Amino acid sequence: MKNKSLVSITDFSKSDYLKILDLAESYERKPVSELLTGKVIATLFFEPSTRTRLSFESAVNRMGGRIIGFSDSSSSSVTKGETLYDTINVVSNYCDLIVMRHPLEGSARFASEIATVPVINAGDGANQHPTQTLLDLYSIKKTQGKLDDLTLFMVGDLKYGRTVHSLLMAMSQFNTTFHFISPEELKMPEEYKILLRTLGLKYHEHKDYTDIITEADIIYMTRVQKERFSDPIEYERTKNAYVLKNKMLTHTKENLKILHPLPRVNEIDQDVDVNPKAYYFTQVLNGVYIRQAIISSILGLC
Amino acid sequence: MKDKILEVSAIENGTVIDHIPPKAFFKVIAILRLEKLDNQMTLGTNLDSKKLGKKAIVKLSDIFFPDKDINKIALVAPQAKLNIIKNYDVVEKRVVEIPDDIVGIVKCMNPKCITNSEKIVTRFKVVSKKEVTLKCLYCEKITDQDNMEVI
Ligand SMILES: [Zn+2]
Repeated sequence: MKNKSLVSITDFSKSDYLKILDLAESYERKPVSELLTGKVIATLFFEPSTRTRLSFESAVNRMGGRIIGFSDSSSSSVTKGETLYDTINVVSNYCDLIVMRHPLEGSARFASEIATVPVINAGDGANQHPTQTLLDLYSIKKTQGKLDDLTLFMVGDLKYGRTVHSLLMAMSQFNTTFHFISPEELKMPEEYKILLRTLGLKYHEHKDYTDIITEADIIYMTRVQKERFSDPIEYERTKNAYVLKNKMLTHTKENLKILHPLPRVNEIDQDVDVNPKAYYFTQVLNGVYIRQAIISSILGLC
Repeated sequence: MKDKILEVSAIENGTVIDHIPPKAFFKVIAILRLEKLDNQMTLGTNLDSKKLGKKAIVKLSDIFFPDKDINKIALVAPQAKLNIIKNYDVVEKRVVEIPDDIVGIVKCMNPKCITNSEKIVTRFKVVSKKEVTLKCLYCEKITDQDNMEVI
């Protein structure tokens, strides 16, 4: 992994994931170190994402590293019309690692080709957000004690949701049984189902919640976004049809955990928050450990 | 009558690309960068064809393309036939074959792709050759046959 950019979840192998998860565990036990002393990390956020940026910056700070960068492109030379090519070329000279978020898809791949230092993709438009996926894997492993042979439900917008696609790709290496619950117009795209079939993995599609959720080890919820619908009435109807409520969890498994990449809109009723099966807030905290693990692996410091 | 003459006019040495669909004619010219060449060329389009109804044909004197170059036209003219001519004789007949990777010919159809806003040579993996389908190596989105635009 040393000096390797992390642009897409497929850039890393299964053994890379496992190594990062183990490392994250060690940072969870001992978060503070001086591993990054003398290192400079650039966080280039061409579009704002406070949550993700703070998670990265917290990870760097806990390991004693320094941060340079910007939190949205209006405060940088980008507004003066500088190309991404130039920005990356210049910033490469100032740092040991670039963390970037950009509204255009493919921007992180392009940056990784130009930069003389490794690049971590913190989100390129609707395309990839691999650190989120590693964090999801970490949350699953931590709550289930394993990654193999689990039953994973994905709910909501399975067509456009980049987090579910990346998680599917990653979990498909662990003999997962998948269940997809979504409206017809937001179904899991064919290409992912083909992948699962090729790998000989089982998946089931449902239009509604049914008793089937009693089989779940993990329920992964996503936002259903208004802009995906041409008909606003259809959106209202759909939005409410996929809300997860506490009473629906009565007969679910003891080990079930509910994950959500956050922020949520209304897809998880607040009455779920008190249920010990709700894990989405702890999931956020795991993000710092996993980012510590990713950064230190890529810099070859562990 | 003119068409007849064009179709039969022979070249001594070179390459004849036949059975090009007329709508792909200018794209083939662009892909092969013919405007950069000084060689003698005979180009014809909207000619009658038994097989295609109408077709285009390109005759290029003293030009022999390596496979990797000529195969690029398979994106727009998959049914094109090549005749390699030496001393007025067809010494070889070839069909074009869609390559596995496409570099710098096609525009990514995703308006939010970085290749459409910075100066970047596009790169695609060919995920299907039957109904030509390309996957952008940058944004990872699909560009299909109907939306394929040659740069
Ligand atoms: Zn693209």
